[in-house]
Amino acid sequence: MKVQIDSQLCQGHGRCYDLAPDLFGEDDEGYATLTALTADGNVPEGREGDIRLAAANCPESAVLVHEEALNDRR
Amino acid sequence: MTVDDRFTDSPFQKADPAELTRFEVMDGPVSDWATDFSHMDEQYAENAHEIWDDLRGRCPVAHTERFGGAWLPTRYEDVQAIAYDTEHFTSRAVIVGNYRPPLDLAPVGGVPPISSDPPFHHDARKLLLPAFTKANVAKQEITTREFCHSLINAFEGRDLVDAATEYAMHIPIRVIADMLGFPTEDTPKFKVFVENALEGVNRSPEEREASTEVLFSYLLEQVRDHIDNPRDDLTTYLINAELYGQKLAPNHVVGTMALLLIAGIDTTWSAIGASLWHLAKNPEDRKRLVEEPALRATAVEEFLRAYAPVTMARLVKEDVELGGVEMKKEDWVLLPFPAANRDPEKFERADEVVIDREVNRHAAFGLGIHRCAGSHLARMELRVALDVWLDRIPEFSLAEGAPMRWSTGQIRGPRMLPINLG
Repeated sequence: MKVQIDSQLCQGHGRCYDLAPDLFGEDDEGYATLTALTADGNVPEGREGDIRLAAANCPESAVLVHEEALNDRR
Repeated sequence: MTVDDRFTDSPFQKADPAELTRFEVMDGPVSDWATDFSHMDEQYAENAHEIWDDLRGRCPVAHTERFGGAWLPTRYEDVQAIAYDTEHFTSRAVIVGNYRPPLDLAPVGGVPPISSDPPFHHDARKLLLPAFTKANVAKQEITTREFCHSLINAFEGRDLVDAATEYAMHIPIRVIADMLGFPTEDTPKFKVFVENALEGVNRSPEEREASTEVLFSYLLEQVRDHIDNPRDDLTTYLINAELYGQKLAPNHVVGTMALLLIAGIDTTWSAIGASLWHLAKNPEDRKRLVEEPALRATAVEEFLRAYAPVTMARLVKEDVELGGVEMKKEDWVLLPFPAANRDPEKFERADEVVIDREVNRHAAFGLGIHRCAGSHLARMELRVALDVWLDRIPEFSLAEGAPMRWSTGQIRGPRMLPINLG
């Protein structure tokens, strides 16, 4: 799974870094960022559910999740 | 010492009466909510949820001839579309009333950045954002918690309190006074400023202007005091802030201070009050949150969804078709985020309060570029206010028969909330 913040859509609601403060952070203006754990969009193993929950709670749908279903199934 | 002469004269400018578009005040009973709605009506205050559900089923965009003509969308998708569309809608005025401010007030507006349009909006907002990040507002948490405890200490020996005016209201007033660096003893004035700005919209333009002038003179006093005695607060920050290489225009400084004072109070007061109202009426939810503090953050989001206090507004900038209606240039449009939050197309069990709702993409703080700049502050206050209340007063209920009142206008919350303690 991969995760990405669409900075064109993000308005700094902060739902993602509220729900998963180790997977998402905020910049100096409150816009969402990835963290050391999610650097380069990599989702740590076992944390897929937290990423999906953050995405599902973003009012602007700015947390983009790429499931990579084919690779997962292999 | 250099003298800051921007504030020698009052930045408050009376609008040229010829430039105000005035409308007849129509405050009689509503004949049909679909064609004659009034958000200033006591019925709307009491039954907003039922009214929105009814309109969503049969309109879904209601209209009124009041206020010179206004629209009320009720579906999530329509509210969202308007919030995102800054081409056809302007924020030049965000409180629907009986006169429209002059066109040349755009793109700054009277209270930037909420009243500003792009691209100016972005730059004015950028100045404020750093002070209101989650990390920054967390610095107010300890004092907020202590303050909440002090309010509850004052309940000692009583079995009936008004949670609206003896608890909820004081919390945002105190927090914003601290952030702006205003004297604590001035806080009783703030309630009056807020009522004049938000609930007095059916008063005459002259009356409304006079109360705005009182607010601006108060703010000007604070600015002058901060120029003489600079300190680490938002007022000094705004006095020194620069945009495009220059210090801010005096009406920008004072307008933004007015926004921070007004917008932070009524809204958070309403959210705290509505949450306590829900818990006072729903003992199962109350008990669960008393026993499971870890669930409170999730419940707060559900209270924000179900009892979102804030309805914003826009003026139509260019004729546009939306939600099946033709909106004309200069029509008012209300943006009822609380109605959007109860749209069954968007939310499962939309009309129920589900305190452990995990997926909750609510729009209580707005959508798009005008997302409430104080949302992190409001969340902190709401969480702390409920935390302290539930820990200190685990048993409480609504005092049936005692007067209870929801506010009219664009900010909805309990203004009288009689609660039996214990």
